[in-house]
Amino acid sequence: MGTISLRVNGQLHTLEVDPATPLLFVLADELGLRGPKFGCGMAQCGACTVIVRGEAVRSCVMPVSAVGKDEVTTLEGLGTLEKPHPIQQAFIDESAAQCGFCLSGVVLTAKAVLDGNPNASDQEIRDALGGVLCRCFTHTRMLRAIRRYADAKRKA
Amino acid sequence: MSVSRRDFLKLSGALIVSFSAESLAGPLAFAQGPFDTHASHIDPTKLDSWIAVAADGTVTAYTGKCDFGQGMFTAQTQLVAEELCVPISRVKLIQCDTSVAPDQGTTSGSQSSPTNFNSANLGQAAATAREALVSMAATRFGEQPDRLTVADGVITGKTGKSVTYAQLIGSHRFDIPLSATAKRRSPAQWTVLGKPIPSLDRAALMTGQFEFVHNVRVPGMLHGRVVRPPDVGGTVVSVDESSVRQIPGFVKVVVRKDFVGVVAEKQSQAMQAARQLKVKWNKGIGLPAQSTFYESLRKLPSRDTMVVDSKDVEQKLAAASTVLRATYKYPYQMHGSVGTSCAVADVKPDYATVWSATQSVYPTRSIVAKLLELPLESVRVIYVRGSGCYGLNGADAVSFDAALMSHAVGRPVRVQLEREDEMAWENFGAAAVIDQRAALDPKGAIVAWDCENWETSRGGRPGYDHPGNVITGVLTGFEPVTVTPRAAEQPKGKLRNNNNAVPSYIAGCIDGKCGGGGTVRSERVLFHTVPSPFFTGPLRSPSRIQSTFAHESFMDELSARVKADPVAFRLQHLSEERIVNVVKAVADAAKWEKRPSPKVNIPRTGVVSGRGIACVAYEGDNGYSALIAEVEVDLASGRILPKKFVVAVDAGPVSNPDGLRNQSEGGILQGMSRAMGEMVTWDHKRVTSTDWGSYNSLYLGSDMPTIEVILMNPTGVPATGAGETAITVVPAAIGNAIFDATGVRLREVPFTAERVKAALLAQRT
Repeated sequence: MGTISLRVNGQLHTLEVDPATPLLFVLADELGLRGPKFGCGMAQCGACTVIVRGEAVRSCVMPVSAVGKDEVTTLEGLGTLEKPHPIQQAFIDESAAQCGFCLSGVVLTAKAVLDGNPNASDQEIRDALGGVLCRCFTHTRMLRAIRRYADAKRKA
Repeated sequence: MSVSRRDFLKLSGALIVSFSAESLAGPLAFAQGPFDTHASHIDPTKLDSWIAVAADGTVTAYTGKCDFGQGMFTAQTQLVAEELCVPISRVKLIQCDTSVAPDQGTTSGSQSSPTNFNSANLGQAAATAREALVSMAATRFGEQPDRLTVADGVITGKTGKSVTYAQLIGSHRFDIPLSATAKRRSPAQWTVLGKPIPSLDRAALMTGQFEFVHNVRVPGMLHGRVVRPPDVGGTVVSVDESSVRQIPGFVKVVVRKDFVGVVAEKQSQAMQAARQLKVKWNKGIGLPAQSTFYESLRKLPSRDTMVVDSKDVEQKLAAASTVLRATYKYPYQMHGSVGTSCAVADVKPDYATVWSATQSVYPTRSIVAKLLELPLESVRVIYVRGSGCYGLNGADAVSFDAALMSHAVGRPVRVQLEREDEMAWENFGAAAVIDQRAALDPKGAIVAWDCENWETSRGGRPGYDHPGNVITGVLTGFEPVTVTPRAAEQPKGKLRNNNNAVPSYIAGCIDGKCGGGGTVRSERVLFHTVPSPFFTGPLRSPSRIQSTFAHESFMDELSARVKADPVAFRLQHLSEERIVNVVKAVADAAKWEKRPSPKVNIPRTGVVSGRGIACVAYEGDNGYSALIAEVEVDLASGRILPKKFVVAVDAGPVSNPDGLRNQSEGGILQGMSRAMGEMVTWDHKRVTSTDWGSYNSLYLGSDMPTIEVILMNPTGVPATGAGETAITVVPAAIGNAIFDATGVRLREVPFTAERVKAALLAQRT
């Protein structure tokens, strides 16, 4: 065990955890966050995705100690129920979910790629989502939501 | 019971109930369950079991059909709002909780709409409540009930008097039975049903606030992981607890016969202990070679069902000028939920609570009671959504895992499976091999059709009595339901096509009564259920997707043999109006070009394109769909590029068009993933497709077609199932499109690039 400081969604937490603990378990079990989820534990599906240093990372394989002083953003860190982030709003508007378990991977991966390149083409977005699984296969709505967000962001 | 219910509601932000269940508490009469279920303490013949109106006018409705992402929560909320004439915002739906909801068995089999939206149960309860309230108002006003109007939970008389539901009944029981004659609002009157109401969970899902079963946290909760045998059929010799005792946070190794689990304070500690625990296992049963698996099925002792038999098929086949025969193969496939299954159990000495994503809360309650040797009334199972399941995934097994571990440690335990545990041991969608033979007359009409099917089976849903139907039950010493060999009897009574063993094109005549969808009167369908080395269980469109792949591919082969247009050839042999209508609608929408398949003058290099059609009357009469798939095939690599899929769906009057579109789009792409890549693999001891590297699902970045969904939305007919109609026709439509594009017929799912390439090479040599 060790004491670590972890900045998540704008809040600094001091936690007593084994530094080798996967970031996902710290977020889900210590901080009670519901966004990032365990899907495979092997970085194969994306359900545990969070944003660190502007990149979508798989928190199931990232030791909490690897985060350092950087901010971790989870799905609930983007917006709130009352005021969703524009990419969340785009997903709401397109009704782009079925069970919704995969959404951290889909939304945060898309956000990270568009933050890095607001002019990303559909192909570039799809390439970025190449390792994200949605087993309800809500693909067409999700890609439409991402396109809607990207277009609005570019105009803004 | 209501105490633990309130505790749960405090923990669970997703469910907010303003109505207290206490007015429902007390000894309700035991009733015989009408849903092929056991009797439960909540009597479904009583209105109060379904509907309660609170003092503030809020309507709480209780349902035994739950939402796992297919939209049932929103659609049922619409149903209650519609029948009770209140806004959606005033309806609170409580789904699948054994302490408050009626036992409606399992949410499965495309039965939720037929069960709750037609002439009984939830919809009928809401209509009963409305009529009862109107009758109370009529008495109060001294007017005739049929002269009153209802809107927004307010009843108004001709004289201008008005009264609210809350004033009439607020927080009191109705104390009346469900009325079979309460008048239902017709689709023409609908203001809430039939509208594309956005699913009520959207904002919570998108902002990460929605509570999945994976997010349930109970005070004092520990974490568990299972340790499954390395090989199929492996049994425990010994377990060395000392191999994990030094792990920080370690609590206990739980062993019960061949069931092994570890419990620790934290999740990562439980994972570490599960990996590190030294268990000596006996060897397993050994597995049949995958390369010859389909052929081996024909030799197994089988349980046979003759679905239809006109007794003249062999004679017609022998006499016909043209006979076609073909064999189709469909692999074991996985539910492959994106999140591994998870459950939380809190087992106290005299009472157990399980938070579970099971589709079957009451049956799960029975099994947990059996495993823990508790009285039935001392177990409560509360449904909380899991990762999309598409049938019997690991949700039931992990609920039993959690109950066993919590029982052993005396504290609440959350268990989540590892990816490998999920994929190696879930109840797979069945593998099947299907033989088709048909005779054509000189004019090119089908005159005889014979279909013989061998489908694998082991275990299945545990139901109320069979823990051994899933892995945890077998490990704890219960036997699965296995295949008892039985010779086929001659079919009697009405044609039963609930698993789509019967092709749509045959007349389906038994004792002079014809229940089939088609014109072919010389007919035989023989179904063999054969033992499976792996657990099997319902996976979205169970049996139906396998059989429909064989029927609709074969229909295409027959059509090609007589150089007929595949749409016209289908219509020529169909008599059932609703399937005819979806075929015609989809052909119009896709601008189907009338010509035989395959195309002529197909290039030998580059990328070629084609289209294919397939259709089904789901379960014979529980929904209708027809799909036209347009694909390209890269002749060099064998890669299939899906371009455009158009589907027509008839599910009766549509409760929520956006929800049905979402289900149909998802069903089509899930079907595409299964048709193009998904297959369970194994070696001589164990399943080898145990992660996403070895089991091929299409990812979000994969090539996707554009999808157009046409909703037939007929009125004057009952609601049918809707979640499985579209997926059922996908493998055949894609296979038929590949044939149209290349002239190559693929008779084995999945159509991987390697297989397509091999078939193209074989065609040229």
